[in-house]
Amino acid sequence: MALTTDNRSPTPPLLFAKRRRRLLVGRRGIAASVLSSAIILGAIVAVFWLAPGGATVRYFFFNPHQMWVAFVGNPAKGLSSVGVGLITNVWMCLVSEVLVLFFGLLIAWVRLSQSPVLYPFRVLSAMYTDVFRGIPILLVIFMVGFGLPELNIGFLSTQSPAVYGCAALTITYSAYVAEVFRAGVYSVPHGQLLAARSLGLTHTSTMRRVILPQAIRTVIPPLLNDFISLQKDTALVSLLGVIEATRAAQIYASSEFNFSGYVVASILFLLLTIPMTRFTDHLIARDRSKRLAGV
Amino acid sequence: MEVVLELDDVVKRFGDNEVLRGVSLQLHRHEVVCLIGASGSGKSTLLRCANMLETIDAGSISLFGQSLEDDRIDPDLVRQHIGMVFQSFNLFPHLSVLENILIGPVHALKRRHSDVREEAMELLGRIGLQERANDYPDRLSGGQQQRVAIVRSLAMQPALLLLDEVTSALDPTLVGEVLDLLSDLAHSGTTMLIATHEMNFARDVANQVAYLDNGVLVEKGTPDEIFTNPRHESTRSFLERVR
Repeated sequence: MALTTDNRSPTPPLLFAKRRRRLLVGRRGIAASVLSSAIILGAIVAVFWLAPGGATVRYFFFNPHQMWVAFVGNPAKGLSSVGVGLITNVWMCLVSEVLVLFFGLLIAWVRLSQSPVLYPFRVLSAMYTDVFRGIPILLVIFMVGFGLPELNIGFLSTQSPAVYGCAALTITYSAYVAEVFRAGVYSVPHGQLLAARSLGLTHTSTMRRVILPQAIRTVIPPLLNDFISLQKDTALVSLLGVIEATRAAQIYASSEFNFSGYVVASILFLLLTIPMTRFTDHLIARDRSKRLAGV
Repeated sequence: MEVVLELDDVVKRFGDNEVLRGVSLQLHRHEVVCLIGASGSGKSTLLRCANMLETIDAGSISLFGQSLEDDRIDPDLVRQHIGMVFQSFNLFPHLSVLENILIGPVHALKRRHSDVREEAMELLGRIGLQERANDYPDRLSGGQQQRVAIVRSLAMQPALLLLDEVTSALDPTLVGEVLDLLSDLAHSGTTMLIATHEMNFARDVANQVAYLDNGVLVEKGTPDEIFTNPRHESTRSFLERVR
């Protein structure tokens, strides 16, 4: 092949589509998307409605009366409210999130430090992130929730299961978030560090005033992603006997032989996480359009 | 005239790659020295070694007669007295123009914010960017950003400026405004070590021109000596290639 253009066709190429396509733009495009959505949604509903066991599923999972009772609870029958249980999930995730932000940043900071004095802490923090990203969170919850009380060491062994749950979530998620922060720091161009240090700023000052403010901006979306999983993982603390939304739904299911409580719990979790996922997507989209605009 | 910066037989290696092979150079107060040479000849490395952004493997560098290899030297203190300007500006994008200029004096020199602010606004006025003080760097043209970067390093009141190919990343139409600013600085007695590809500029402002080739300082002299009568064949062929 010659090192030039025109190799494929010496005459001007033809550019019309071979098969005539209807262009789906404007009003025709909207009509097409409405139609396709209706077909897909209709198909899903039809499968649930017409399936041989459809009626049974509707009765056991989507029974409006049962869902309402599961939501508000019934103290006379010893049924916990799924709605009240969710409050436990909310405060557990809020407390854990604050602690995770603090410890995650602390661990990342130590790992990125340069002082020879901090060497053992650098090694420890590297081990920490390796270990706790590697152990299933369920096992961490068991170890903290059942292990610490057994140890009999003062106030550390006399906390409520919910507190142990928060501790376990914090331990695991701090490891993830520390890595997110570290990746964020590495995403800041090296020239920023050079410029700051050549102004005579110390390592600490450079991190605090130049690197971290830029790193945090880029890590907000992945950070929010981790927080969304954290919100959901509060459900795992039910295994320590904390009566939160999932546990309340479970109690309802075993005493009333109806699973509608689980659906209620799912809907409540969605109400919590959807605003967060939407917000995260919004931030990602904004960041993307900014970068595409070359700013 | 007082010697500000002195390099004596400096060797710098990156792994097996010897980037500086025994470079010696003196920079006196009020003097402008231009480093010329092909990309990869060691100009940038030399500048980075001078303000301790890189450590050297042999030889010595001293600032005002104090060896930077001495254990008692505080690198942060050294860098507070040496301004550095980069090819890619490296302004801090999360800070406004004014904050970019203030960060060094306020947080490294611990000077009062209000005092420095006044000086910074005056410096910005000198480069005609006073009304851009509260803009973020990405709103500025490349030439404006680089001039702000120069002012940022001058706000530290350094004893010398290191400039690392500061016009190489600029649109050709914007090179002039930056070089004009550097000429002004040179005429007012600023001590500068400038790595550059702008031969006409070097000829105009430099007191001394040094030609680096592959980590070796081949020759050094007045602009006239280097540009009209280079003694070495490699200098001559380099100048022919860039002309």
